[in-house]
Amino acid sequence: MKQALIQRVILGVILIIAVMILNFFLLQAAPGDVVDAMLAEAGGGDPELAARLRKQYGLDQPLYVQLIKYLGQVFRGDLGYSFYYDESVAALLIGHLPTTLMLTLSALVLAVIIGTLFGVYAALKPHGIFSNFVTVLSLFGYATPVFWLGMIILLVFALYLPLFPAFGIRSLPQPENTFDRIFDIIHHLVLPTFTLAILYLASYSRISRASMLDVLGSDYIRTARTKGLSEFRVIFKHALKNAAMPVVTLAGLQLAQVFSGAVLVETVFSLPGVGPLLYESIVRRDFPVILGVLFGAATTTIVANIITDIIYRWMDPRIKSIS
Amino acid sequence: MSQTEPKYENTIFDSSAAMSEPDVKWRETVRLFCANRAALLGFIFVCGFILVGVFGPIIMPADPFEMVAPPLVGPSSETYFGSDYLGRDVFIGIIHGARPTMIIALTATLVTVIIGLTIGAVAGFYGGMIDNMLMRVTEFFQVLPPLVFAMVIVAVFSSDIVVVILAIAVTTWPTEARLTRAEFLKIKEYEYVTASKALGDRNFRIITRIILPNAMPPIIIAITLRVGITVIYEAALSFLGLTDPDLVTWGKMIGQSRDFFFDAWWTVTFPGVAILMVVLCIALIGDGLNDAFNPKLRGR
Repeated sequence: MKQALIQRVILGVILIIAVMILNFFLLQAAPGDVVDAMLAEAGGGDPELAARLRKQYGLDQPLYVQLIKYLGQVFRGDLGYSFYYDESVAALLIGHLPTTLMLTLSALVLAVIIGTLFGVYAALKPHGIFSNFVTVLSLFGYATPVFWLGMIILLVFALYLPLFPAFGIRSLPQPENTFDRIFDIIHHLVLPTFTLAILYLASYSRISRASMLDVLGSDYIRTARTKGLSEFRVIFKHALKNAAMPVVTLAGLQLAQVFSGAVLVETVFSLPGVGPLLYESIVRRDFPVILGVLFGAATTTIVANIITDIIYRWMDPRIKSIS
Repeated sequence: MSQTEPKYENTIFDSSAAMSEPDVKWRETVRLFCANRAALLGFIFVCGFILVGVFGPIIMPADPFEMVAPPLVGPSSETYFGSDYLGRDVFIGIIHGARPTMIIALTATLVTVIIGLTIGAVAGFYGGMIDNMLMRVTEFFQVLPPLVFAMVIVAVFSSDIVVVILAIAVTTWPTEARLTRAEFLKIKEYEYVTASKALGDRNFRIITRIILPNAMPPIIIAITLRVGITVIYEAALSFLGLTDPDLVTWGKMIGQSRDFFFDAWWTVTFPGVAILMVVLCIALIGDGLNDAFNPKLRGR
């Protein structure tokens, strides 16, 4: 267990370094460099000044020297500087990533729990109405663009039935006491979280139904039933754990995709996450921020993957012995 | 990582159980597919959309960029789906948006599949070091959130249609690669592959003529579903404005109406329904193929 974990962490570090290298080359490929951005912000400058600044920033050195310097910078937490926001990219990420992470994780957890329960319930009557509902739901879950769903949900639950706020993450002015403030944020997050969760919930319910049907046909379930255990115990104590396995695995693997979905949902609901940050930086061609977001997103996924791996090992002890 | 590989690769449909017998019964598959009413309906609808994409702009040559009505007017007999914030006809936009949407989705899928199949086949067939290396590369591409990565690529290079297609392909091929690899790992152990090796066939021939045809069923299902996912993916990029400025696409119509949709629901609803319909029909086809290739697993 410990050894496998160490292996995963080392692999994670290698992946992060690979992302840094990719970032460096994308930054090279992007039009303009730091000096251009600086001069643009300062309102222009003569070529002589530009050349002097480039020398000062080491931009005249060979590529590999710059790469090593860049890696060193990133390791120290320096992801560059946004002249537009007048803030370091690292600080911008720390300000924006938590919202996106909160949205991604709560949607994913919600999707896994509700999806698994839907699937289990559908598997109990494989030809029942609910089972067909799961099939239809999963088709729609596959076919609906998440940003469009968000807009339709906004129309219905914020405009026609004004139950939830339409934009942002907190009311202005903010409520006085802490409890109301937390409630206020949750109130703002309900629609975006559900928008994101519904699509994944749909596919998870179908998958967990399939795996539940597999599990229910297996010998150990028959044994449990012959022992005279209650149906509730058989389903929730014995079958559920194994049936949920594919869903948990898939959820872990889909983290990067859900993160992408969160970026879109944030844009629709105007949440202060990395989505709008990325979008606005692209419009402004603020490349240090753009690539900083890519780095932050990838690092988050890598760390989250390691965590899912641990959860997975904890759920399925059979894996421990293998890798 | 290989131990945590999913039994159900990424798509919502289980394709892993396909093909336990070596020979693929194509004729039987086509028969079963045609007997599936939902799948056939999906197929007919998709054909209809393709016809709209090909002939729509010829039958309705109106310029989708032209301002034909006052801005934000609801659906009427003049503008069937209403007009957007610049007074452009939403219905004409949807008709003209069908072609670029489909061209981008199909081309991007093709490129994705070519990359994914090649890498998956090589990794699965050769195994060992090559497999190990290719899988590490695949993993690397999987930790980059696809849409974020595609947005960055388009931002860094250009929003040219070729760049958009490549950005979609570069960020999505790992799924196809993993699926192909899994199929190759399984099939290369079969006796007819060993026999082919014993006969002295070249590796290239074994890969393309012996293993690939037998690995096709799950791959075909995955490709079908991939087309649908790509339609949505492209729509998301267009929604964010990361596409060719001279094209009308459904996603872009939704994106451009973002600031106005509270006053004009039709500007986003209809283009979205168009996307939903096309992808839903593709899903029905995928489902039908899944059932037709694995008759025993129907209804899962």
